[in-house]
Amino acid sequence: MPPATGGGLAESKLRPRRGRCGPQAARAACRDVAAEAVARSPKRPARGSRRFEAAGWWALLALVTLLSFATRFHRLDEPPHICWDETHFGKMGSYYINRTFFFDVHPPLGKMLIGLAGYLSGYDGTFLFQKPGDKYEHHSYMGMRGFCAFLGSWLVPFAYLTVLDLSKSLSAALLTAALLTFDTGCLTLSQYILLDPILMFFIMAAMLSMVKYNSCADRPFSAPWWFWLSLTGVSLAGALGVKFVGLFIILQVGLNTIADLWYLFGDLSLSLVTVGKHLTARVLCLIVLPLALYTATFAVHFMVLSKSGPGDGFFSSAFQARLSGNNLHNASIPEHLAYGSVITVKNLRMAIGYLHSHRHLYPEGIGARQQQVTTYLHKDYNNLWIIKKHNTNSDPLDPSFPVEFVRHGDIIRLEHKETSRNLHSHYHEAPLTRKHYQVTGYGINGTGDSNDFWRIEVVNRKFGNRIKVLRSRIRFIHLVTGCVLGSSGKVLPKWGWEQLEVTCTPYLKETLNSIWNVEDHINPKLPNISLDVLQPSFPEMLLESHMVMIRGNSGLKPKDNEFTSKPWHWPINYQGLRFSGVNDTDFRVYLLGNPVVWWLNLLSITLYLLSGSIIAVAMQRGARLPAEVAGLSQVLLRGGGQVLLGWTLHYFPFFLMGRVLYFHHYFPAMLFSSMLTGILWDTLLRLCAWGLASWPLARGIHVAGILSLLLGTAYSFYLFHPLAYGMVGPLAQDPQSPMAGLRWLDSWDF
Amino acid sequence: MWGFLKRPVVVTADINLSLVALTGMGLLSRLWRLTYPRAVVFDEVYYGQYISFYMKRIFFLDDSGPPFGHMVLALGGYLGGFDGNFLWNRIGAEYSGNVPVWSLRLLPALAGALSVPMAYQIVLELHFSHCAAMGAALLMLIENALITQSRLMLLESVLIFFFNLLAVLSYLKFFNCQKHSPFSLSWWFWLTLTGVACSCAVGIKYMGVFTYVLVLGVAAVHAWHLIGDQTLSNVCVFCHLLARAVALLVIPVVLYLLFFYVHLILLFRSGPHDQIMSSAFQASLEGGLARITQGQPLEVAFGSQVTLRNVFGKPVPCWLHSHQDTYPMIYENGRGSSHQQQVTCYPFKDVNNWWIVKDPRRHQLVVSSPPRPVRHGDMVQLVHGLTTRSLNTHDVAAPLSPHSQEVSCYIDYNISMPAQNLWRLEIVNRGSDTDVWKTILSEVRFVHVNTSAVLKLSGAHLPDWGYRQLEIVGEKLSRGYHGSTVWNVEEHRYGASQEQREREWELHSPAQVDVSRNLSFMARFSELQWRMLALRSDDSEHKYSSSPLEWVTLDTNIAYWLHPRTSAQIHLLGNIVIWVSGSLALAIYSLLSLWYLLRRRRNVHDLPQDAWLRWVLAGVLCAGGWAVNYLPFFLMEKTLFLYHYLPALTFQILLLPVVLQHISDHLCRSQLQRTVFSALVVAWYSSACHVSNTLRPLTYGDKSLSPHELKALRWKDSWDILIRKH
Repeated sequence: MPPATGGGLAESKLRPRRGRCGPQAARAACRDVAAEAVARSPKRPARGSRRFEAAGWWALLALVTLLSFATRFHRLDEPPHICWDETHFGKMGSYYINRTFFFDVHPPLGKMLIGLAGYLSGYDGTFLFQKPGDKYEHHSYMGMRGFCAFLGSWLVPFAYLTVLDLSKSLSAALLTAALLTFDTGCLTLSQYILLDPILMFFIMAAMLSMVKYNSCADRPFSAPWWFWLSLTGVSLAGALGVKFVGLFIILQVGLNTIADLWYLFGDLSLSLVTVGKHLTARVLCLIVLPLALYTATFAVHFMVLSKSGPGDGFFSSAFQARLSGNNLHNASIPEHLAYGSVITVKNLRMAIGYLHSHRHLYPEGIGARQQQVTTYLHKDYNNLWIIKKHNTNSDPLDPSFPVEFVRHGDIIRLEHKETSRNLHSHYHEAPLTRKHYQVTGYGINGTGDSNDFWRIEVVNRKFGNRIKVLRSRIRFIHLVTGCVLGSSGKVLPKWGWEQLEVTCTPYLKETLNSIWNVEDHINPKLPNISLDVLQPSFPEMLLESHMVMIRGNSGLKPKDNEFTSKPWHWPINYQGLRFSGVNDTDFRVYLLGNPVVWWLNLLSITLYLLSGSIIAVAMQRGARLPAEVAGLSQVLLRGGGQVLLGWTLHYFPFFLMGRVLYFHHYFPAMLFSSMLTGILWDTLLRLCAWGLASWPLARGIHVAGILSLLLGTAYSFYLFHPLAYGMVGPLAQDPQSPMAGLRWLDSWDF
Repeated sequence: MWGFLKRPVVVTADINLSLVALTGMGLLSRLWRLTYPRAVVFDEVYYGQYISFYMKRIFFLDDSGPPFGHMVLALGGYLGGFDGNFLWNRIGAEYSGNVPVWSLRLLPALAGALSVPMAYQIVLELHFSHCAAMGAALLMLIENALITQSRLMLLESVLIFFFNLLAVLSYLKFFNCQKHSPFSLSWWFWLTLTGVACSCAVGIKYMGVFTYVLVLGVAAVHAWHLIGDQTLSNVCVFCHLLARAVALLVIPVVLYLLFFYVHLILLFRSGPHDQIMSSAFQASLEGGLARITQGQPLEVAFGSQVTLRNVFGKPVPCWLHSHQDTYPMIYENGRGSSHQQQVTCYPFKDVNNWWIVKDPRRHQLVVSSPPRPVRHGDMVQLVHGLTTRSLNTHDVAAPLSPHSQEVSCYIDYNISMPAQNLWRLEIVNRGSDTDVWKTILSEVRFVHVNTSAVLKLSGAHLPDWGYRQLEIVGEKLSRGYHGSTVWNVEEHRYGASQEQREREWELHSPAQVDVSRNLSFMARFSELQWRMLALRSDDSEHKYSSSPLEWVTLDTNIAYWLHPRTSAQIHLLGNIVIWVSGSLALAIYSLLSLWYLLRRRRNVHDLPQDAWLRWVLAGVLCAGGWAVNYLPFFLMEKTLFLYHYLPALTFQILLLPVVLQHISDHLCRSQLQRTVFSALVVAWYSSACHVSNTLRPLTYGDKSLSPHELKALRWKDSWDILIRKH
């Protein structure tokens, strides 16, 4: 039943817009390309008025762009010290310049671009970016800031063009542009070395090109159509390559594409072959192309970062082997594990480390008073273990014995090299995880008891196979209790030197916590082979770095007793973020949306939902709307709906996220919300003017309304601009401060 | 009126014998030997303790769901005359004589039994054949996992009954009434019943919310069509919408509140979970804190003796505390301290938790007559009762949170480090700026006058020198409201003794006075609801926990109970034929729907319109019901068990005969094909029966099997069937 009404509506009302856009739309749609064509083509009758109008159109766009650039580049060099997250992203830019490997929870494209901008502008990567507030001094930082501001400035013209295309109304587009230009939050966020301006640039570029290719739908497979379609794909790859938040815009484009294909599929005048062509084109441009580009960024990332650095420990042994400077790089070790080998054992889960023991006992009252066994992230002599047969204590390295390899399913004993104690477990509860058993070091000079026996197993292998160094994923099963050696990842208290707890878990589920691999392997009786053959392939590296990123993201949990930003704070502009400075003598920058703009946005969303549902119900009840009203309500429902969907997709998923959230996560949604405001107010004012058509000044209502909104936002920007451009002097709590009257909410602390 | 004189009184009874037979078989399968085993089986150990709390009227807090489910179980205990005296501590423990096992297990078993005829009715209301309806009911009847789950004192069968079945059935009845007699009595009845069933389901488990949303969604789509129906007048449409809004939105909310109301009325005694709640809530319970706080003076005055409890109370609820010991001169990491008296937060009641509110301008530590109440914005000093040192903070890094200031009780070492012990009182939940500081009710912040730092619980445990108590700091950058900086007065009395010695004696003696303060229901409800949602149990590992992916193919089971001597055992183990074919039916349904949808879009109508509508509605309710009861588990971080899948499974069982009938009606072209297909279905159903019968000993646990037989039942390696070693 539903498709009947919905489909009918789409066919009768929507298609005319796409089919032939009308005189106004023809100017707007595909303008960037079409206009050039107009200018070049001598055949077109270039009437005076039309040329004049086109010139005006270009001038307006230029004005908007110019204003945006001017506001973003004004006082870009201040403050000349590290602000907020510049400490992270600037540092990561330096890593690219120095080519040292690091780990971050975001995909690499954004930081790579920052690094590139720094490199091109003569930054040498020597600044340490230690903490916010450090002076840049002679280091060149303007290249990186300038690059971010450059991308950030494009947001305004992109939003302008998107709204123009959706609403065919210059005033709506102008209003949107003004809201974004004069928003202190957008401005602040674009002025520093951050990922957000880059992310928002790609999101808006994707949105713009999607809207443009929608309006080229009447000329499928033409050059502009291909251009915009592939540009959408490129922007999507860019957005996803900067942050995983880019998935939301991918979702939006995906939904739009599905709806589009559904419409084409229902068009019986098109043959199935044509529909197939449409489908292929979209798969090519919106799936294959972005995936290829996204993978390419990772390829570049791995290629550029070839030196060992601070991120090594997060990755598996095989991954580390390709970083020059790492001790696994170009190392040559025996390939198969044999009895008598000295080994280090690494947990497969990220940031757990090596199996470790040391000459300290578990304290009184915590299990048995035997030697501690922990995991430790750093490389150390205490990580070395000797692998021995369970029943003999003879030295297998005695040259008279033949080499005997360890095989899957063998019963072994692990002797700690430094202290000669055996890895041991028994029915005592583990220090932190009470349901698991304690693991200790036990015995004297390698003589212990039957609780020291472990069965070594390779995951997903047949019995009797040899065990490969680095590549084999192994588990140690305790013979007597049947539990599995694992690390709980919990930090031991002071007595355990804040290393991580090792336990023996009775739950036999296969989790990464209980899977290990052998990393170092010393056995003089075996030939060393070069590790190069063990290097992981590119898809493996790609997969691993994604696993590590996802794990890192979910590891960013808020602490209980900290103030954290909640998603419901954001649209009401409840609280800002301090970018720089705390005291009244500092140069202070405070990330806070322009409250006039933000509260207007909030009001507009409510108004939109209200007016949208009234119109929808009226149409469902079969009310006959006059042509002009019907056109306006189409703009409201279709154009506004598109933008509202964007806002929803970029805002509500945050409510489901468990990780730490910050105010700046709302800004992509805010862009959509501002576009909605532009469309809504323009349409409402036009409807108002139409309703009062008998009144002599009816047309004036629209102009006056738009003008007052424009001037209002501009004035509020004049009031609040010190938040973005920086202020010195008493804090706003102080009645003396010039900002005192502007602290409209108690929760703002600038 | 006198009609019966003219015509005879005739009663025509229309009895659907198959429905009666189904009910009978359902009752038989669920109630047979209900009291066996007479021992605690699996999660009964968990729900049982709450039943005992209900019987003893002791307040508890359970984060697993709203109280309606627990109340249903407790009703069984009440009817059986259970006194609540049983120690629920171990699975497998024998029930003592005072536990009415039969009546405790009766209600879930009844719900399980009635699900069988309910499934029959639902398929019938979806306008599928009697045969399909019988099929659905018979599948419900022989599904081992459903039998096991409903024969025990557990909530899933009640949830399935209310939600999956009652709500869907009454909505369908309502929807079918809509066509011929809107606003009739039965129309109203079924509409209201839909709302009631929805709120019951949400009242049992929060998972019910998703299916509630599904029913709301279906109702919204139908209402949207109603709006488009231009034969109805505007007023009529408005009445329709209003009736739906009342029945499906207002009634559930009211009922949900009612559950909590009854819950709070029933549980009026204090109990083991008091500590989690705020002081005000605790004071509203009988016994516990109320015994201490009853009759305390309401308004805190200068000279009052108070204990201060942190409102946030994480990681543990605790009180502001100080003791003789000082901060160590040098910490382990080499940083120095002020070496002044430690101030900590202590999770137990202690005489060292008492503080005296002192007026900085006066010297005495007693309440003057008349008492001068402390107001918002007043300057106070907090003097520690036993050591008479006052609360102080200064520009010294705190022991564990170096970005915050150290808080201490000031000792004058004469080293040009002056006391900074003035605090400004801020009442957070004040009505006006001149509000008085009230015991229990007021939430206050202490803002340091010199440095504007705020007194805060950092949540870190101090090392041994601080006796592992919690660290208190002065937070310099305090942004917005956060519970860890907010305190409330819990115990309070007016100090009367001038002399330190007398005062110590006074502090050691219990406080007593007599006034009772009651919180309004809404305040208690919102606090309880909030705490339930915020409570996180971190122990997330269980031997039988499983991941949602393992459920679809039944790769896991749960051992519920093992006979103490023999090898008789109860397992939650489904009928694998039904599980697999249910998933297959779902896949077939989705593929077929996609195929039909694409063909319709190209204007090829394979199905007649009414068959198509029937197919869509059945799919939306059954496949949609499966999706909303299954997919959300992928987003959840809590420990999951196989029984969480049972509500989704019932929807699959409803879908199964629908798909089978569709194949037979529309995809089998000839009579021969149809006959062959029917034969296949019969064969398939007998195999399901066979499997059900084979697994019966594990479902009822009534028969002790030999190790060999048990091994033979272990069809999948991942199934964990207990085999005794002799």
